[in-house]
Amino acid sequence: MSTIEERPVFAAGTNEGDQEMTSRSGQTAKELLREVGAVLRMSEAEAAALADVQEDPDEDQTMIINMGPQHPSTHGVLRLMLELQGETVLRCKPIIGYLHTGMEKTGEELSYMQGGTNVTRMDYASPLNNELVFSMAVEKLLGIDGDIPERAKWMRMLLSEMNRMSSHLLFLATNGMDIGAVSMMLYGFREREEVLRFFQKVTGLRMNHNFIRPGGLAADLPPGWRDDVLEILEMLPTRLDEYEVLLTGQPIFRERLQGVGVITTKEALALGATGPILRSTGVAWDLRRDMPYLNYDQVEFDVIIGTYGDAYDRYSIRFNEIRESIRIVHQILEKMPSGDYRIQDKKVTPPPRARIDESMEALIHHFKIFTEGFKVPEGEVYVSIESPRGEIGCYIVSDGSSNPYRMRIRPPSFVNIQTLPHMMRGGLVADAVAVISSVDPVLGEVDR
Amino acid sequence: MSDEQMDTTAPAQVPAEQLHGCPVVYSRGQKVLLVPREAYVKTVKALLDESFEVCVDITAVDYLLMPNREVGAGVAPERFEVVVNLLSLENRDRIRIRVQVPEENAEIDSLFDIHPGAEALEREVFDMFGIRFNDHPDLTRILMPEDWDGHPLRKDYATARIPVQFKGSPS
Repeated sequence: MSTIEERPVFAAGTNEGDQEMTSRSGQTAKELLREVGAVLRMSEAEAAALADVQEDPDEDQTMIINMGPQHPSTHGVLRLMLELQGETVLRCKPIIGYLHTGMEKTGEELSYMQGGTNVTRMDYASPLNNELVFSMAVEKLLGIDGDIPERAKWMRMLLSEMNRMSSHLLFLATNGMDIGAVSMMLYGFREREEVLRFFQKVTGLRMNHNFIRPGGLAADLPPGWRDDVLEILEMLPTRLDEYEVLLTGQPIFRERLQGVGVITTKEALALGATGPILRSTGVAWDLRRDMPYLNYDQVEFDVIIGTYGDAYDRYSIRFNEIRESIRIVHQILEKMPSGDYRIQDKKVTPPPRARIDESMEALIHHFKIFTEGFKVPEGEVYVSIESPRGEIGCYIVSDGSSNPYRMRIRPPSFVNIQTLPHMMRGGLVADAVAVISSVDPVLGEVDR
Repeated sequence: MSDEQMDTTAPAQVPAEQLHGCPVVYSRGQKVLLVPREAYVKTVKALLDESFEVCVDITAVDYLLMPNREVGAGVAPERFEVVVNLLSLENRDRIRIRVQVPEENAEIDSLFDIHPGAEALEREVFDMFGIRFNDHPDLTRILMPEDWDGHPLRKDYATARIPVQFKGSPS
């Protein structure tokens, strides 16, 4: 018990200010090398060469400042500490946790039926992908992942791809605004709103739908959905061409992005980055193609990759992924079969509404499913899909009850945000804005 | 006890699959490697050389409420379990590593030197579960405030236990 006296003030052993960037004099050489990226699986000779090259100044010549708020996602929720010498960024440390609401803990309190409402609020820019990965994990635990009806699968793909469009449109809007093309923000949000209007018609809500559920979906597509989708598919390509003129064709915009925030393949892999960040370095890795889920092996699309790993590559990858999503949705429209939109398994599916009025058993069944939920056999499973931001994974441990024993979402933004210090090193402070924007973090997902 | 003895004799007929000297089990068709804590970093390094080059996820589970659970392959359960998901781009393959970490000595070696991307993920595990990672360069809380007491994702951490004091309330 004497250890209590010896312990630091706080149980975790950390003190106030430990999360912040330490001053240069308080750092050991090893820590400094880590922050400038010398530990990325380099040989000792390479690391030493890097240490020689850097002409880091004394502490009195540098300044540590808090960056932002600039990007919409950084308004009070992402704090970046930069060490500057003049206008050059020497070090950067993202400090997160300001939006932490304990959603993984909440996930343990909610039943599998209610879990969707929780996960959908994590990455609020692509809620349907969150619901999809959660539902797929639950289905795999239940052992019904092979029995999902075809229509449900295609509907899930439709919603997932539409969500990818709306998420990337949001990226175009915020990216344009960060670089100074403020009109792009209005255009991007306008087009995104068209997609969200479609979601509202299908799911009833613009965001946080809880529409994809274990076993299938909450409801069938409404009448006239095909026309709504076609309207968006017709409208978007011409609008995208306009953006090409407005953004891609504009020398100032290109100058602001090209060669900014460069990351190499080696660094991206070492840091676990996925999605557009990994693809911008030239790695053709897309879970939709490489580890297909749903029916992605039955549609044709290209994996867009970059060459230089800079902010411009990441911009054009997202831009062209919207076009690929349009291509996929066209094929989904052709292949959408008729049939059931959810699995007819009494264990997980509530009875049809009409049966509830007729049968007492159906009423009890309905009541049981929505109050107690369904029991999931013991086990653990990890399922991952390609969200607009990278690999989103769901790790669920079940103890046989109707609540998950542990529900973990592997957030792509949380891991991707680690690449920021490496992208910013040696850049200008004005470019920091472009770099944050090109990583496209959603802080709701980073902090959960 | 007789049940456990039955279990240990059963795999003798069907030799259990091994990888780098660690037993392999399958969970819903997914490959899981049960690694002892001492061989953890060594095994991840061997897997990295075998093209498992991306450390996708590091997380942990607190099995406080499931003390007699079956880990498989005769591995003795402990309170905590560190779960690592690795990905091989080359072979389009995944593998999951589960390491048993005892409650009284909740620490494990850091993967930072092998997978630098483990930095934030290990900090999160430390923050949420209080499992310490040896040789981690910056083991501080990442999501919770620095002065937070306790580790929220532990099963003995009660939810909603902070007394709320309203300003000007009569009591």
